[in-house]
Amino acid sequence: MPLLWLCASVLAIAVVGFVFGRQRALSTAGGDIRSLHSLPNYYGWNVFMKATVPAFGLIVVWLIAQPLILQNSIAGMIPESEIKEGSNIGLVMAEVHRTATGLENAVAAGVISPALATDANADSAAVTAMLKESGQVVTSEISQSLLNAAQAFRAMNAKGNLWMTVLGLVVALAAGVFAAIQCTKDYKARNAVERGILMLLIAAASVAILTTIGIVLSLVFNTIEFFRLYPALDFFFSPEWAPSFSGRGGSSKLGILPLLWGTLYISIIALVVAVPIGLFAAIYLSEYATPRIRGIAKPMLEILAGIPTIVYGLFALLTIGPMLVSVFGQDGLGWMGGGRAVMTAGIAMGIMLIPFVSSLSDDIINAVPQAMRDGSYGLGATQSETIKQVVIPAALPGIVGAVLLAASRAIGETMIVVMGAGAAARLSLNPFEAMTTVTAKIVSQLTGDSDFASPEALVAFALGITLFVLTLALNVLALFIVRKYREQYE
Amino acid sequence: MTDASLPNAGATPKSGSLHEIDARTKKRNAAEKRFRVYGVAAIATGIIFLIVLLFAILTNGLGAFHQTFISVPVYLDEAKLDKKGNRNIDDIKKVSTFGYNPLIQKAVLKAVEDAGIETPLTKSKNMKALVSASAAAQVRQAVIDNPALIGQTVEFRFLASSRVDGYLKGRVHREHLARDKNIDAEHLDIVDGLLPSGVVKKSFNPAFIFGADASESRAEQAGIGVSMIGSLFMMLVVLFLALPIGVAASIYLEEFAPKNRWTDLIEVNISNLAAVPSIVFGILGLAVFIQFMHLPQSAPLVGGLVLTLMTLPTIIISTRASLKAVPPSIRDAALGVGASKMQSVFHHVLPLAAPGILTGTIIGLAQALGETAPLLLIGMVGYIASNPPGGVVEGLMSPNSAMPAQIYEWAKRADPAYYERAWGGIIILLIFLISMNTLAVLLRRRFERRW
Repeated sequence: MPLLWLCASVLAIAVVGFVFGRQRALSTAGGDIRSLHSLPNYYGWNVFMKATVPAFGLIVVWLIAQPLILQNSIAGMIPESEIKEGSNIGLVMAEVHRTATGLENAVAAGVISPALATDANADSAAVTAMLKESGQVVTSEISQSLLNAAQAFRAMNAKGNLWMTVLGLVVALAAGVFAAIQCTKDYKARNAVERGILMLLIAAASVAILTTIGIVLSLVFNTIEFFRLYPALDFFFSPEWAPSFSGRGGSSKLGILPLLWGTLYISIIALVVAVPIGLFAAIYLSEYATPRIRGIAKPMLEILAGIPTIVYGLFALLTIGPMLVSVFGQDGLGWMGGGRAVMTAGIAMGIMLIPFVSSLSDDIINAVPQAMRDGSYGLGATQSETIKQVVIPAALPGIVGAVLLAASRAIGETMIVVMGAGAAARLSLNPFEAMTTVTAKIVSQLTGDSDFASPEALVAFALGITLFVLTLALNVLALFIVRKYREQYE
Repeated sequence: MTDASLPNAGATPKSGSLHEIDARTKKRNAAEKRFRVYGVAAIATGIIFLIVLLFAILTNGLGAFHQTFISVPVYLDEAKLDKKGNRNIDDIKKVSTFGYNPLIQKAVLKAVEDAGIETPLTKSKNMKALVSASAAAQVRQAVIDNPALIGQTVEFRFLASSRVDGYLKGRVHREHLARDKNIDAEHLDIVDGLLPSGVVKKSFNPAFIFGADASESRAEQAGIGVSMIGSLFMMLVVLFLALPIGVAASIYLEEFAPKNRWTDLIEVNISNLAAVPSIVFGILGLAVFIQFMHLPQSAPLVGGLVLTLMTLPTIIISTRASLKAVPPSIRDAALGVGASKMQSVFHHVLPLAAPGILTGTIIGLAQALGETAPLLLIGMVGYIASNPPGGVVEGLMSPNSAMPAQIYEWAKRADPAYYERAWGGIIILLIFLISMNTLAVLLRRRFERRW
């Protein structure tokens, strides 16, 4: 692994630099630590930092840039005729990648001689046969121009890697030597190192922003790509969801409405289960319960929050579903066809959300000032009247915020609906019918699909951005309401 | 003038004492009681849900840890396994598992005859339904490891087929056999006959905990061990990335960040990221790590990266809380004796906040360990995690599954025998989560300092 070796060598240079910088600073001070500006180790770290950071920065940038540049220059080499009907440049490029890796592995295995692998006039059929023989994954026959593109790709890649290694080492050495020369007894090594550390801290804090940017960009670009292949109006307003996988585009109907309806229906049932239970539990725990009962009941409810969603999914599929079927199914009331239904997923999700609603509401009810309760008691109200007419109205904005947060959770929940709600997209009012949701369809459209050329795969990104915007809006709204309420009492 | 002096003509005064409760008070008190009952009922419902859930997990899942085994002496026939008779390992390896099947079936038939069971199934081929398809590979491996066994009679302990196992666990019923082409009632009679002699026996099955996944038709052989290793590697990635990045970000935001737009933006971002649905992180991982950076699909490295991004907000939020809990006097004292701001933070505040950070990290890891949805998108499902990785690099880069993904995979399979395995997998997953959370609670209790 040459990359690993490169990193190891850079680190080795830096370690040598550490020792050398420390020594040099000490020797300029005549071995007397007191006349140094900083502690000796800071001089060492100064060299270490200056040797590694630019070199690793260069390597990282190079690793990101090289494939992009290669992609562009190779894409120019592929003739228009190579891109077949129903294919696109992305698929051909993937083929080039595979062929290049295949060549690399075949040369490493000794099946193809290095000379043949770089020979532009090599017979493509013969090379294909050799690649297949050595167990490399190559689809169908490689055409001459594709082989040439792959060979050029391989050559440029090797050249790029070589330059990266050389430049990385040179930068590490040069910066290390430069930093070592700096290390005299009056050099403010501590300040330099601390500035460097601060930069690292800022970089770490920016990861959050990078993540958001990454999410937004990956969603937006793929969604634009999707809308190029499929009309946006049909996506948002067509009441039918029927992706076809045989036709590869054209005949698929990808309307989001049935999915949104399924999502909302399941979320509503989940909230109908979770909000009353969660809210009453929170009221009892914060207003009535003795510390002993609270100390037992609250952690027990919170266990429900710590259980992974896959467990609820399995519980829905194998316990709630059959239970509902035995009551509402063919042998009972006859409303229910199979175990997977809106109700199944809704109940499981409701159980999952109980602790979420109860602990948020608990905090909010506790934040209502005691003086308001005392005032109400003073006027002769009973405890329940106080709660109903004073505490809850005062806490209402916060409770609404909590319910909205729970709703956002329900909308974004995946495993329970994938396992419990079924796969059929339907616009129906019967809660005992199987329906599907946005998240479940994201999973089913993207699982096992490694190329993103077809609208059937790309639709998942459009669904993803809808989901992202929806949950984000709910969260922002909830936080806004909660904050606004907090200002009143604090 | 006071009211008392007025002649009270029309209205009758309220009779009785305060101790006698009137109708309205009764109603109000009843409402009070009802309200209280609602609260108790809500909590009881929540706890009942929890108990039902745990009960379902335990009753359905504990069976996965026990498996039915068939122990029979197998005669390793030299004529079949090593025709040339010179014990050449290459010749022995040429005999495929198909060559071993008849020997095993013959051995089982002999055991049936020895037990004196009356059965219409008198051909050794009929015994195929009793023994797992993995048995032949097991014998073949034993022979290859030790060719000297050929020609001897060796006692083997085979897994019983999943139907036999299901019959003993009450999953397969005789009434349903008509629809089952894998096993007949006569087979079950044989199983019943073999039970007393101990040839067929249920016992603890460590292969479920440590073994690899198996193909769809061999439910009895499947184990969760390999996907556990996949989860382990993902957690290592999360630990080594999320902990340093999260702690560094929190230190910056809590100790150094000036109040400006950029800092505000970061803060808003972190709180929003904490609420983004996990599936969106899966889309991010798919688009950025696999589509754009061409990292290998299904690799624990990619799963770890996605889970890192997902766990970061949790770790940052808890780390900031524990940094905030360190009183300013500590910082002031350090600054007062000449430490730089950086030294005061790294030498004094951070060590004092460490228990809190550790607790938050463990809870974040537990959350990441149970997360499934993003893993589905980066392809950690849909194939059989059959080989444990050879080393660290392979463990990170080669396709593997993870515990929750493996459970999902089992739940999707058609054979009900896999449902039991899925529940069993959940027990193992929950054991991990409970021990991690307990560790976090213990750490908090042991090291928490009230200033």
